[in-house]
Amino acid sequence: MKTLRIFGRNIRDSFKGVWRNLSLSLASVSCIAITLIVVSIAMILSGNVNSFTSQIENDVTIVAFLDQNVEKNDISNIYKEINKLEYVDTIEFKGKDEIADEMMDASATYENIMSGWTHDDNPLQDTYLVKVTDIDHISDVSKKIEQINGVSIVKYGEGMVEELVSIFDIIKNVTIIIVIALILVTAFLIANTIKITIDSRRREIEIMRLVGASNANIRIPFIFEGLLLGVIGSIIPIVVTCYGYVALYARLHGQLFSSIIRLIIPEPFIYQVSGLLLLIGMVVGMFGSLRAVRKYLKI
Amino acid sequence: MDLIRMRDVTHTYKTGVTALRDLDLTIEKGEFVFIIGSTGCGKSTLGKLLYRELKPTKGTILIGGENVGKIPNRKVYKIRRKIGVVFQDYKLLEKSTVYENVAFALEIFGLPKEEIHEKVLKALDLVGLKGKVKMYPKELSGGEQQRVAIARAIVNSPKLLICDEPTGNLDPETSMEVMKVIQSIHELGTTVIMVTHDIDIVDKLKKRTILLNAGRVLKDYAEGEYTK
Repeated sequence: MKTLRIFGRNIRDSFKGVWRNLSLSLASVSCIAITLIVVSIAMILSGNVNSFTSQIENDVTIVAFLDQNVEKNDISNIYKEINKLEYVDTIEFKGKDEIADEMMDASATYENIMSGWTHDDNPLQDTYLVKVTDIDHISDVSKKIEQINGVSIVKYGEGMVEELVSIFDIIKNVTIIIVIALILVTAFLIANTIKITIDSRRREIEIMRLVGASNANIRIPFIFEGLLLGVIGSIIPIVVTCYGYVALYARLHGQLFSSIIRLIIPEPFIYQVSGLLLLIGMVVGMFGSLRAVRKYLKI
Repeated sequence: MDLIRMRDVTHTYKTGVTALRDLDLTIEKGEFVFIIGSTGCGKSTLGKLLYRELKPTKGTILIGGENVGKIPNRKVYKIRRKIGVVFQDYKLLEKSTVYENVAFALEIFGLPKEEIHEKVLKALDLVGLKGKVKMYPKELSGGEQQRVAIARAIVNSPKLLICDEPTGNLDPETSMEVMKVIQSIHELGTTVIMVTHDIDIVDKLKKRTILLNAGRVLKDYAEGEYTK
């Protein structure tokens, strides 16, 4: 009961602290809000770059063309052989008749040429479309597939894929570094603003100590206050993120420049970003406060 | 019965200045003691040692049998809860009301609201400020602010009240009003130690008076002995 009362008092005091030091609290909240908006933009950019690169990587497929005269039995053996390989994700069989049908559906010219073909005189080859779990190993997997008996040629966009992958890796790493750096800068800025707020209240801390407040008695209301500033400060960035991203997504019709670059669907992405913003605000607010108040505690 | 027993107490500041030298002092429960002396004689240092704002460099200070010099910093609050302290500059929370300033000292203990309310009003009644609970310190006179500080110091019913120049900022008339309050608290059984340079007050009250000089006890006047 006593602990509950002390806890209740701490919560009440933290609200009072924010209210009674309104101008400094507003300075802290504005600082948190502005920096978190920048963090939010960086997170949205980074999330979309990651999503886009993953989309491209997922679209890369190894096409294994089988020998013209391959038997039904061999087809299933080849499947088993491919399936044994490491880093193989999905294997899809596409027979030559299916390929011809697709081509005829796609173009009238093809239809004119191909419509007379029977299964036996179809010059196309049966194929296996293989996706890998890790694009870095696409070249090794292709080479191994090529060695399987009954496979004639393997294609996956050699050269271009490797180049794309390395560019994407650089972009991903750079955006992650930017986000981390921004979070650190935010933490520093918020912690410093809160420090100024608390520095102005060292007299209050001194009085608390004189009337017999323990270090925990002093620290806890300030930690709650930091937490509260963090929560209030993250409200505007969260609103900006939610409404801003949904509006942007709608305006760009979910794509950037062309249909190749698809933006992440707003839900649940905006909630994830918002959750992270709230968490950063709370943690940084709390630790900023704790760091500042420590200075005035004689431990 | 001894409440305070100081033996061989020396305090040297980090600057190298020695404020108290081999001081021996015993104060009985229920006494009212003035500590006087010229500026720099060590009287404020003595007060600070008693409420454990400072630690003695040498010697022992026992308060109620507890060696306060040995208490680690993080446990100082335990001794502070047993001692009421009043300062020259009142040390009130400017943004809190009279009531909140006094209640503050009880809230940290987690007492129930009703009990806090009762004790705060009782303390404010004792200092004659029951009618000003909702006012803020800046709306009060110096004497009233000091009385709020006294109410805060005694709200927890401490056995010992240390007053460090409580009338330092007040005119003679207001000083006497504050002294009346301190005396009435003493009459209720609280031991009072008052550090002061206000010789008129000391002369009028005729309490036990300890005259310090260069960090040592120059003279220990028994009750009624001291005259200007």
